[in-house]
Amino acid sequence: MSKFLKLLRKKWFDWLLKIALRLAAVLTIGVLFIIVGYILIRGIPTLEASMFAFKFNSDNQSMFPALISTVIITLISLVLAVPLGVFSAIYLVEYAKRGNKAVGVIRVTAETLSGIPSIVYGLFGFLFFVIFMKWGNSVLAGSFTLAIMILPLIMRTTEEALKSVPDSFREGSFGLGAGRLRTVFRIVLPSAMPGILAGVILGIGRIVGETAALLYTAGTVAQIPSGLNVFTGDVFWQDSARTLSVHMYSLYREGLYIDKMYGTAVILLLLVIVLNTVSTFIAKKLTKK
Amino acid sequence: MEKKFEITDLNLWYDAFQALKNINIEIPKNNVTAFIGPSGCGKSTFLKTLNRMNDLVEGCKINGKILLDGEDVYGDIDVNALRKRVGMVFQKPNPFPMSIYDNVAFGPRTHGKRSKHALDEIVETALKNAAIWDEVKDRLKKSALSLSGGQQQRICIARALAVSPDVILMDEPTSALDPISTSKIEDLIFDLKEKYSIIIVTHNMQQAARISDLTAFFLLGELIETGDTDKIFSMPKNKKTEDYITGRFG
Amino acid sequence: MRNKFEEQLKELNNKLIEMGAVVEHSISTTVEALLKQDSGLADTVIEDERLSDAKEKEIETLCLKLLLHQQPVASDLRIISSALKMVTDMERIGDQARDIAEITKFLEGSNFIKKPEDIEKMAVETRKMLKESIDSFVNRDLDLATNVLKHDDVVDELFMKIRKDLIGLIRENPANGEQALDLLMIAKYFERIGDHAVNIAEWVIFMITGKHRSGEILYQYRKY
Repeated sequence: MSKFLKLLRKKWFDWLLKIALRLAAVLTIGVLFIIVGYILIRGIPTLEASMFAFKFNSDNQSMFPALISTVIITLISLVLAVPLGVFSAIYLVEYAKRGNKAVGVIRVTAETLSGIPSIVYGLFGFLFFVIFMKWGNSVLAGSFTLAIMILPLIMRTTEEALKSVPDSFREGSFGLGAGRLRTVFRIVLPSAMPGILAGVILGIGRIVGETAALLYTAGTVAQIPSGLNVFTGDVFWQDSARTLSVHMYSLYREGLYIDKMYGTAVILLLLVIVLNTVSTFIAKKLTKK
Repeated sequence: MEKKFEITDLNLWYDAFQALKNINIEIPKNNVTAFIGPSGCGKSTFLKTLNRMNDLVEGCKINGKILLDGEDVYGDIDVNALRKRVGMVFQKPNPFPMSIYDNVAFGPRTHGKRSKHALDEIVETALKNAAIWDEVKDRLKKSALSLSGGQQQRICIARALAVSPDVILMDEPTSALDPISTSKIEDLIFDLKEKYSIIIVTHNMQQAARISDLTAFFLLGELIETGDTDKIFSMPKNKKTEDYITGRFG
Repeated sequence: MRNKFEEQLKELNNKLIEMGAVVEHSISTTVEALLKQDSGLADTVIEDERLSDAKEKEIETLCLKLLLHQQPVASDLRIISSALKMVTDMERIGDQARDIAEITKFLEGSNFIKKPEDIEKMAVETRKMLKESIDSFVNRDLDLATNVLKHDDVVDELFMKIRKDLIGLIRENPANGEQALDLLMIAKYFERIGDHAVNIAEWVIFMITGKHRSGEILYQYRKY
């Protein structure tokens, strides 16, 4: 270490270090540009109207059903995972007493869960939701699996976000005679919103990019999950559906429409941007209030 | 001199550590009482027992009696209502990350005030009493975090005033501020004692001498000496007090 | 702790002792000049008065500097504020000694209508009072300071005695009147010197106890 410090005093070393740092930054951004550029160059020319046909058939290889399925699965997963994750984080940070055994158990569990490969989630989802719960390959089984998968992520990021809210805010609120509930919801949560949002965006990223966990749970049928008749049991979440990623995976596996796979990738890229923008917008709305 | 707080045989522990030892003191109404003493002497801890902010600290145990207007603070009492009566201003200005208006209105809203008209009036009065109205009246909807440190602290005072407390506890309210902001807050404290009883913890001897009527000196969790500020600063009875305030401590 | 401040307080002590020595010296010299009718000696008293003025300025400057830099409280505050008040009285004593010296020069060559032995006694007594008051400051000696207050009666009695004697002399021979008045002035100056010594002692008492004869100084502005 002292040798390094000594080196730091040398002018040429200082210069070298500067170059190295700049190089690292350029490389990182460069890789991103290359990937995005490659996808755009290969993908945009292949885009044609037929790829957005309402119905999928082996000629058009339409990605439209997959697009809709992606949005639906993402929404359901978030609706399941975000409240649960956020509330359990609130419990851990704001309510649980120091030295509470449950807190330790929950933390270790969450950490373990976040380290499990997604195919294992897929297997669990298949055995539990598809077989045991008899949901079959369905949007619901897929969404639940993904929700379980992103739950630890949402919980951890929310926890960190809550912890980073200065205690002085809480003190100020308590000092005015506000109770814990009011303090958490009016003061702490709004301040933690950017951090929570970062977690949600990461979650969206994982959902949208997921294939392994979905293959055995939501299945790969390329159709728009439809049907709103709750009474006959024909509801959209019981249909099997493929997300864009799964769609890409199928195209790749079949090997016949590699070009269209790039086109799909372009749309997936756009979708991620749209979803992130929308969630930022929603979070801003929530904080403003 | 009417008394506001009456504390008898107060002891406080943080787990095994005894932070306050046998405190006995009366705190008068409509006066400024200053708590002085070296860091870790228990003065801030004592301040926080007065509105039960120590409840939030885990492992904190208290015995003894604290009477506020004859009512037992640690008895059968609504803590939130207590904190409404005994407001607090902290060392570092801690406005909430919301607009100036919402900051000041937070307290009244907490306690059930909803009408826009009533809130407007409360906010205006509180800001005026905190001597910051003229500086912020044109930007009530702006974030409180956009203000300077001194202004933020006065917003925090206004926020405390908005719930119309009887007592205001101040924990080193000017230690993070420049001299001009400090003197504004000191002037403010001087005006506020007309209506409120003020208890202030300060590390600044001169500040205690300038603004307080009574001074209490704490050392290692004990209340060493309490009395008229002029007397403490001209002719302290206890040698330890003398050594501390003249800077010959230790 | 506060080493520099302690040093400055010591410096203040030393300066007060020095100034006290100058003023004491003036008292004994002025009475010696009177007895010997020595104009030259009287001139040194007039010189010394300038010196004591300079010392007063020095001490005042030091005190103000200490007030500004250290913002003293408690005993420090009392020491410095007492010193500030004391030097004024000490300087006044220097003035009185000079006034006496000036009358002495005026009297040169004339025969005394009465040997001024009582005046000499007054000089001895007031000098002692001054010395004790300064000693009591230096040693924080409350008893000594209280003693000075009591001692003032001796000086006052001497003054009354001199006054009576001089009235008798004028009655005997009105021609004595001119010198009698001069001597009375001198006696009056010494009586004033005694009063100043008392003032000094009172400030010493304030420094030690926080109480001044005029009442509890810091309590006149009680806020409640």
